[in-house]
Amino acid sequence: MLPANPLHSLLSGDYPRSRVLAATLFIILVCLAFAPFLFPGSQPINVAAKICVFVILVASYDLLLGYTGIVSFAHTMFYGIGGYGVAIAMYNFSPTWSAMGIGVVAALILSMALALVIGLFSLRVRAIFFAMITLAVASAFAILASQLNEITGGEDGRSYRIPEMLRPGFRLFDEPVLGVMINGRILTYYLIFFSALILFLLALRVVNSPFGRVLQAIRENDFRAEALGYRVLVYRSIANCLSAGMATLAGVLMAIWLRYTGPDTTLSFAIMIDILLMVVIGGMGTLYGAVLGATIFILAQNYLQVLMGELSDALAAAGIPLLPALFHADRWLLWLGILFVLSVYFFPVGIVGKLRQLRS
Amino acid sequence: MSDAMLRLEGVHTHIGRYHILHGVDFTVPRGQLTMLLGRNGAGKTTTLRTIMGLWQASKGRVIFDDRDITALPTPDIACSGIAYVPENMGIFADLTVRENMILAAREGEIDPHRLKWIFGLFPALEKFWSLAAGSLSGGQKQMLAIARAIVEPRQLLLIDEPTKGLAPAIIMNMIQAFKELKSTGVTILLVEQNFLAAKMLGDTVAVMDDGRIVHRGEMAELAEDKVLQQKLLGLSMDAHQ
Repeated sequence: MLPANPLHSLLSGDYPRSRVLAATLFIILVCLAFAPFLFPGSQPINVAAKICVFVILVASYDLLLGYTGIVSFAHTMFYGIGGYGVAIAMYNFSPTWSAMGIGVVAALILSMALALVIGLFSLRVRAIFFAMITLAVASAFAILASQLNEITGGEDGRSYRIPEMLRPGFRLFDEPVLGVMINGRILTYYLIFFSALILFLLALRVVNSPFGRVLQAIRENDFRAEALGYRVLVYRSIANCLSAGMATLAGVLMAIWLRYTGPDTTLSFAIMIDILLMVVIGGMGTLYGAVLGATIFILAQNYLQVLMGELSDALAAAGIPLLPALFHADRWLLWLGILFVLSVYFFPVGIVGKLRQLRS
Repeated sequence: MSDAMLRLEGVHTHIGRYHILHGVDFTVPRGQLTMLLGRNGAGKTTTLRTIMGLWQASKGRVIFDDRDITALPTPDIACSGIAYVPENMGIFADLTVRENMILAAREGEIDPHRLKWIFGLFPALEKFWSLAAGSLSGGQKQMLAIARAIVEPRQLLLIDEPTKGLAPAIIMNMIQAFKELKSTGVTILLVEQNFLAAKMLGDTVAVMDDGRIVHRGEMAELAEDKVLQQKLLGLSMDAHQ
């Protein structure tokens, strides 16, 4: 029997609380759910898969930064452990579901154990020291991964085969569905989409549970939370482990999608900066911010260059001086930076925070 | 079971290199409201924080209900039956009034009868039940902080300057609420600068100066003795009538 209000139960009572936000989230959900049919071609589906993975990665980071007030720079390490877990298992064993399962479980155990150890040793200290410790551990792990050539493939990383059902050559049906042939690539996309959806809803459940309320209380004032009888270190450590576990699963999904894992795709500090930007753009302390932040950032990363190239050509054709050079496709990173500065200036509480403020 | 709910025996507290409490000795009798008075910087807040374990006592003992709690971590002290209301409206501003209250309810649910009683004491909380606590007025925030401390029965309430910065009308409401709380038999240790409030509420009193207890006795006696007030607190009662 269904509960009285299934949507309430699904979203754990955490509604978007803004019509514009609700409509935007709904559009994103529909676009992602039907991406292979709405936007055929390899690049759009690649972008959609990246958005799904980064929604989970950013949400897991927000659980730490936005809900618990912990600044960590080790998030890409956990993401990388997920990626390498799949890579090492698939490379060394046969490309089967059971091998993948072993890789995922091993990666989760390693990630959560590392998160627990880092947390217990360093969450007692001030936030800035915790951030520095995580930065040191993440750097050490990245160096280790690039030097353990035999296991990780070093700087070149590892390419591997995945279970047959997920390979591009696999066909689920003989005939196309809505004009699209359902191959292993599309099945992989839906594996990622539904995994991301389930993980996101689970994260919503966590932050809206009594446990999530305690985390928010700790973020606001840890002394007061202790005076109410909550063991701050225990709660912070659990949040750290949960966040690490989620980041690991995001790494697993990315590894399945790319069929390649290397230091640049998982452990690079640039990814950590991207995650931070996505959290800030979307809005800290709200998981819906992760959806908006990841979507906007990845769309900009993938399409801004193309859009600027077209704009530059149009301006040149119209005979306008200077502007074509200013909007040249090669300057897309400059404009991406300007967009971020503007978004932080106009939305200091993130897009979700601003939309909710406007409503109230 | 002794008559004392809380006993401090020669408690010293250091904060960094500063020696704040210099052998604090006093007793909070069971079922009574004890006022802890003193000038600014006398060590009243440090005393409450030391009792709660937020600052560790460097010497001496804190005995609560015949148990030595000096070395216990703060969460264990809170769970043993002491509720602490910090100064400056110690609420969680981002959480709703309801969420603030539920945080203090260890069972995860608030007893409806008790909630009704709390709403009787502080009607504003019922009105703003689903609003973010940060959007409440100063007086309402203070009411929430106290309501959170009494959401479940506790043996001892430590309350730090509940009337600080509040309008006179709100202070009178607060005094009324404390009188009703007193009538339930709960033991309270109240830090207060407002002598009028202290006079109306206190059963016993301890006065601090420079990290030491300089006077202990009945509140009524101190309220009558203007010379002693002037000596201990630099007060002229006429200014507080």
